[in-house]
Amino acid sequence: MSEQPIDRYRRRLLGGAVAAGTLTLAPGVFLHRIAAAKTDAEPVTSIVRWGLLVDTGKCSDCTACVDACREEHGWHGHDRPRSDAQWIRKVELRDRSTGRRVSLPMMCQHCAEPPCVDVCPTGASFKRADGIVLVDKHICIGCRYCMMACPYKARSFVHEDLTDQKPHSPRGKGTVESCTLCVHRVDAGQQPACVEACAQDGGGALLFGDLNDPRSAIHQALATFPSTQVRADLGLDLGVRYRGL
Amino acid sequence: MLRLLSALLLLLATLPATAAEEGGRVPLPVIDSGTAEQCVEPVEFMRRNHMELILHQRDETVHRGIRTKQQSLRNCINCHAVDAAGQPVSLDDPQHFCVSCHRYAAVKIDCFQCHSGTPEEGVPGVVGAGAWSRGLAMESAR
Repeated sequence: MSEQPIDRYRRRLLGGAVAAGTLTLAPGVFLHRIAAAKTDAEPVTSIVRWGLLVDTGKCSDCTACVDACREEHGWHGHDRPRSDAQWIRKVELRDRSTGRRVSLPMMCQHCAEPPCVDVCPTGASFKRADGIVLVDKHICIGCRYCMMACPYKARSFVHEDLTDQKPHSPRGKGTVESCTLCVHRVDAGQQPACVEACAQDGGGALLFGDLNDPRSAIHQALATFPSTQVRADLGLDLGVRYRGL
Repeated sequence: MLRLLSALLLLLATLPATAAEEGGRVPLPVIDSGTAEQCVEPVEFMRRNHMELILHQRDETVHRGIRTKQQSLRNCINCHAVDAAGQPVSLDDPQHFCVSCHRYAAVKIDCFQCHSGTPEEGVPGVVGAGAWSRGLAMESAR
């Protein structure tokens, strides 16, 4: 436990070095790593850290992101809200004194230090090098410790036999699942389904990109405007940030 | 007596042949690969080792994001889970490429509890290659 602050510090230091991503070869000549470029054969690296910025000012009462996610991954329920899978949900916050209402999507926050990974007894819950937190359902035994550990209530358990799953999104009874940040799309160079849907049918409130790349839109937005991590007090270093909370 | 014996022998000799032709008591698996050409490794290798290839690819894809198509389960299904006319074959059909052989070998697999066992719509064979390429670029400073 006493080592943790040192670990954190080292991690931040190393993270900072990687984030810059620039090597000086000779005076005046730099070697830049171009982010967001990967062939199918290459593994993901920690040069990239994928993140999502939610602008609550542009987020209305619509559910375009939720509908798109449900369609993309096929988590249609059985009209049993207490046990149905839910990868993303809309949450409404209301300030009791002023009455100000804020609507926002809540899903896996893709923590840099995910509690779900800490508690997983089999190693099924893991974080990819590029920061996406996933469940390896081949290894998951369905114990649901991760569901209890998650501060954001982001994970679901599949209670029933499934058929006709999407080829790109395998899901099965007895395993835990959550937002994958549309890892199959990200690996193919596309945006997550919720981001696309929000830009098309919603208010364009979602911005997806590489948090480590100083030239990315999300990095610049985070550098320019104040943003919040939900339950920042937990120190989990979230990949999903909110603006206007 | 000799004539009777030779007739009996002749009958015995022809029996297995006719049994095999008509399918016999043991239903043989339907091994119609859908596509005629070899796509990954020779047939003999694939019969014994396909599970090793899929297992390896599984970990590479889930944990490291490597999404080469050739040895992916998705690609196996896209090519093999079709009939002679190229129409998709469902897992309920005993003619399904995976099902027919596993049934014959009495192997119970759980791949298809989660994975789709039918080809993707509008994808004949290999899925398109990935769009991105990672690289280093030289840039001179201002």
